[in-house]
Amino acid sequence: MSTLTVLSPGLLTTVQDLGREGYGAIGVSASGAADMLSLRIGNKLLGNLEGTAGLEMTLLGGAFQFSGETWVAITGSDFGAALDGQAVLPYTVFKVSLGQTLQFGPTKSGARAYLCVRGGIDLPKTLGSRSTHLLSGLGGLDGRALRKGDILPIGDDSRCGTASYNSTTWHDLAIKRGAIRVTKGPQWENFPSAARIKFLEQTYIVTEEANRMGIRLTGTRYELESAGELITEGVSLGAIQVPPSGQPIILFVEQQTTGGYPKLANVIAVDFPTVGQLRPRDEVRFELVSIEMARFLYLERERALM
Amino acid sequence: MKNLLPANTRFQPASDQSLLVQFGQEISLDTHREIVSFLKLLEAQPPKGIVNLHPAYCSVLVKFDALNFTHAEIEASLEPYLARLQEVKLPVPRLREIPVCYGGEHGPDLAEVASIHGLSAEEVVRLHSSATYTAYFLGFVPGFAYLGGLPPELATPRLQAPRKVVPAGSVAIGGNQTGVYPTATPGGWRLIGKTLLKLFDPASAHSSFFEIGDQVRFVPITAEEFARAASQ
Repeated sequence: MSTLTVLSPGLLTTVQDLGREGYGAIGVSASGAADMLSLRIGNKLLGNLEGTAGLEMTLLGGAFQFSGETWVAITGSDFGAALDGQAVLPYTVFKVSLGQTLQFGPTKSGARAYLCVRGGIDLPKTLGSRSTHLLSGLGGLDGRALRKGDILPIGDDSRCGTASYNSTTWHDLAIKRGAIRVTKGPQWENFPSAARIKFLEQTYIVTEEANRMGIRLTGTRYELESAGELITEGVSLGAIQVPPSGQPIILFVEQQTTGGYPKLANVIAVDFPTVGQLRPRDEVRFELVSIEMARFLYLERERALM
Repeated sequence: MKNLLPANTRFQPASDQSLLVQFGQEISLDTHREIVSFLKLLEAQPPKGIVNLHPAYCSVLVKFDALNFTHAEIEASLEPYLARLQEVKLPVPRLREIPVCYGGEHGPDLAEVASIHGLSAEEVVRLHSSATYTAYFLGFVPGFAYLGGLPPELATPRLQAPRKVVPAGSVAIGGNQTGVYPTATPGGWRLIGKTLLKLFDPASAHSSFFEIGDQVRFVPITAEEFARAASQ
């Protein structure tokens, strides 16, 4: 069996797939790649199933070697990848030979890059997924971020399909980032109209507290008026909750499954990858769309990926 | 044909992939039983397209496959379940006992909780360990049960500034609820004791020690018993 060796892990590198749904009733959020679109595209380029596990790097990438000839693809943000010092292009498929080093640097665009390998990272599944859930120490490699010296098994690739090369269109899909579109949250009507207007009008800055659990934002002009207390209820991925500080938090892939802060809005599914690429100090604006529009955009995105 | 929904039940979109089923706006055992009944019905005959469920005090968040189903279709498929809640015979709940070492290094807030209520620490322990609690639901983090039924004398506001790290196994009071932190996480509840029980273990059959609807009691143990158990 071939393996991947971590020479240096970078800032925060974890094993991720598309997450584990179905455990909300015991308090386990789905986790999974923060930018699932990029992971899916990386897998499609290689002929892997879309949900195959790869590595998610954050802001600063690592360095890796392989025990034998391995086909890989790099997607997500541009971390200046180089193979033995030679630059390699994201959104292409290339071969890494025994002894070669695949090195990533600091990001040149968004927060996360993905390293996908043909056959996938073949760690055992926990609750149906290989995705690392850092907060609860679940999944991936011992539920933690990768360290120097870790060795990860690579799956058998004899059952992989033919690699796809629709990479130009997919690349466009993955890098097109604009305003983050939202639908009304469950407590939208509870917020004073001034708060709703301010939320949609002003630019937000991503704070340093931006991770897989959630992204705290600071308004450039206003705090939002509160919508009061709420009986704790289930929260969906991408919920934008407003605590008493008036500064919103986007709940993300390692979110708490329930919460008591009112939720003003919810990021639409097609814009989750945009959220997954937000870095501290990035600027964000929100645009309100209807559920019907969100669904239309979602179906359109999934068709483009076929 | 439209099914007749229970009067207090309504649907509300939560996102483009999820909706909330609301069971009124009051925390009560009756509402809790409705929610457990709803989950039992869904478990017995899972409807198509449901991806995940997050039950809470008076609501269930339903995440669905938005590629193949609309909100209206999911609502229509859930209505017959909601119309049948009264038919469900709930089994007698399990009783889960939690050995707890109260106070000292394991319960750093016990003295303050006692002084807030003008009680002795022993009195707080006696009250906390004499009640039988109900696990209304699990949420927040894996394996964390929101336990209702705290004696009203012990209801204590959360800390002004949450701790950055609460040790795993901490037994705590937050408002009129009590609970046990399964893993080390940030938290704002008041820590009155600690248990060695592992409340969340993905390698075990059900992963979580608690499940929704459990009855729970806390059993005081001494610091010596705790230390002995910890060393085994």
